[in-house]
Amino acid sequence: MKHLLSTQDLSLSNAIRILDTAEEMSAVGEREVKKLPALRGRTVVNLFFEDSTRTRISFEAAAKRLSADVINFAAKGSSVSKGESLKDTAQTLSAMGADAVVIRHWASGAPHRLAATDWIDAGVINAGDGTHEHPTQALLDAFTMRRHWARLAGTPSEGTDLKGLRVAIVGDVLHSRVARSNVWLLRTLGAEVTLVAPPTLLPVGVEQWPCSVSYDLDQTLANGVDAVMMLRVQGERMNASFFPSTREYSRRWGFDDNRLRALDDLGMTDTIIMHPGPMNRGLEISAAAADSPRSTVLAQVRNGVSVRMAALYLLLSGDSREPAATRAPAYTAPPIKESI
Amino acid sequence: MTTTGTYLIKGASILGGEASDVLVRDGIIAEIGHGLADGGATVIDAAGLVALPGMVDVHTHLREPGREDAETVETGTRAAALGGYTAVHAMANSTPVADTAGVVEQVYTLGRAAGWVDVRPVGAVTVGLAGEQLAELGAMADSRARVRMFSDDGICVHDPVLMRRALEYVKAFDGVVAQHAQEPRLTAGAQMNEGDVSAVLGLTGWPAVAEESIIARDVLLAQHVGSRLHVCHVSTAGSVEIIRWAKERGIDVTAEVTPHHLLLTDDLVRSYDPVFKVNPPLRTDADVQALRAGLADGTIDVVGTDHAPHPSEHKECEWAQAAMGMTGLETALSVVQHAMIETGLMTWADFARVTSTAAAKIGRLTDQGRPIEAGEPANLILVDPAARWTVDPFKMATMGRNSPFKGRELPGKVVATFFKGHPTVLDGALNTPHPEAAATPSGAA
Repeated sequence: MKHLLSTQDLSLSNAIRILDTAEEMSAVGEREVKKLPALRGRTVVNLFFEDSTRTRISFEAAAKRLSADVINFAAKGSSVSKGESLKDTAQTLSAMGADAVVIRHWASGAPHRLAATDWIDAGVINAGDGTHEHPTQALLDAFTMRRHWARLAGTPSEGTDLKGLRVAIVGDVLHSRVARSNVWLLRTLGAEVTLVAPPTLLPVGVEQWPCSVSYDLDQTLANGVDAVMMLRVQGERMNASFFPSTREYSRRWGFDDNRLRALDDLGMTDTIIMHPGPMNRGLEISAAAADSPRSTVLAQVRNGVSVRMAALYLLLSGDSREPAATRAPAYTAPPIKESI
Repeated sequence: MTTTGTYLIKGASILGGEASDVLVRDGIIAEIGHGLADGGATVIDAAGLVALPGMVDVHTHLREPGREDAETVETGTRAAALGGYTAVHAMANSTPVADTAGVVEQVYTLGRAAGWVDVRPVGAVTVGLAGEQLAELGAMADSRARVRMFSDDGICVHDPVLMRRALEYVKAFDGVVAQHAQEPRLTAGAQMNEGDVSAVLGLTGWPAVAEESIIARDVLLAQHVGSRLHVCHVSTAGSVEIIRWAKERGIDVTAEVTPHHLLLTDDLVRSYDPVFKVNPPLRTDADVQALRAGLADGTIDVVGTDHAPHPSEHKECEWAQAAMGMTGLETALSVVQHAMIETGLMTWADFARVTSTAAAKIGRLTDQGRPIEAGEPANLILVDPAARWTVDPFKMATMGRNSPFKGRELPGKVVATFFKGHPTVLDGALNTPHPEAAATPSGAA
């Protein structure tokens, strides 16, 4: 892997390889010394053209746990806000010797531009671009679901996929890079995805996606679901007439207390509730749902660091081998004995 | 007319038909026949070449005045001559906007001084393209530029009352309103065709209905007030259907299609390379096929390039930040040959209709788009249909490097362009401007 730009072009073997490597990385997070020397001397730039403290610190933690040098380049308060182009910024980072660029950008496709042009030779990780993709979010979601799915099956999660897992992704699919990346990755991993949204918040063309579409959350829950992923909904969408009011949205598409009870009533004891954060409590998810034992919100955050460590490691370790089989050779953490 | 010399074109296939000799003398086609004596004329061996009327572009952005870093009248008209054009309509979205007699006369004069093609300025419909108040259409019509086509191109005249008034008003001087059909509310922030590809790419969609609804409204307005409407750069199958319906009803509407909409689809946007960003956007293959069929059956009257050069920094950036537009003057003939003639949809005679005759009629250009006959103005081109070439934007005369055909191999090459009897292009390369240009200092009358 030279870049990680989208999940649409991520093969099953590479996806499983990242997830398996992330399992190895997660062991590091449970040690007293949460650090590996793997990327010592390498420079990772977090290039953020859009505010995102959560994603930025997750990548920063991941890079630091691998001993990389981290440069945070926020577009606000930099020359970018004075009109410097993406090209000039990229060439500047290249001249400074960046080995990997983690880019968050409000414009769909900006990471593809970095990867496709000769502006910079570094590996590019898409940390969310416009309404296009957010591949590491989908990978950490898949990682979380896979652990859950494997635990239910009583097997280790390494090497497994998500065959048979029923996932509902609920909310503003139209503007969601998280939804897009999840649809492609979950399809690759064999899960069955249903998108649930008001018709106004589904893109024209969604009928071509490898998933089902529903306008009815209650019906989707009643049909049986193993993971419910709630998407953040922005209140200002109301002003653009995507829905009449936040209250109506909550009643029809929010995961409220009634729906939380419905999962119990339907006997779906193992169904998890996911959210990429930040949550709008009371809008797309009720406080009780967010804080319930079903919620994986904090596990997702924790797993995010492991998945990003895996992505950085695989991009920067110089290991460009294509795995021979679905069961990918994962990174094996060396014993930590040298001083770091 | 200034003396432009005598040329004997030997053995050219007229409109792809019979091979004949064409004698050009002092700006006029003096004689057509077989075995014409050279009589001291410069002889051009045209065996294997097709003779066509000089092409007329109804839709060109020359960028001057205001964006001389993107294109000038000089560079744009050089590109036009190389592409086989003898006349171009210069769109009004310059800076300042061509919304007064003064600006259209400036562009007209710059065109005369350059001497590569006839430059026919298009006047803005509304002051500053702002869509609020009619520009002085009559003053532009009466100016030395003799404007007949009016357009806010780049922006839709979306106010139905204003559009109605514009259509009515231009009847006073046989003008035409050329509409950029784009409902603005349905296309706020639009980045590409709305459909399967935009759904995946997460780019804001530009739905076909935003074009079609305006065209439907405008043909009904044109019918209601009995005026003449031209639809710029038709890009969807639905638009073709609406225009076909309007023509069947006898509504006086003409329509244009760009070369890029005859060949390229929105699949190319998957690269996020802004060289494929254009307005209206690249559509689907079904649209491409409908546009080809519409052009072949006459529903769409003309090919217009929508030649839109941009400085490289406006394309070397994120998709959403990039300017819309593609160059087209130097590739139009090849793309149309590839998409329409080599597919068997059209003949070279049809090509002459859609690139010259019909275009001149829309712009009311009396000396352009004429038959290749004795006594007619010598605006004609010689094309080598067997030639193959690979598009290299850096070898073009236009300042714009934003050709979506970069790297493609295309058929057909303009070997010579005769503009009012003078070869502006010879052996596929620029020759010299028309001698009248030397007598026209730029800025003078």
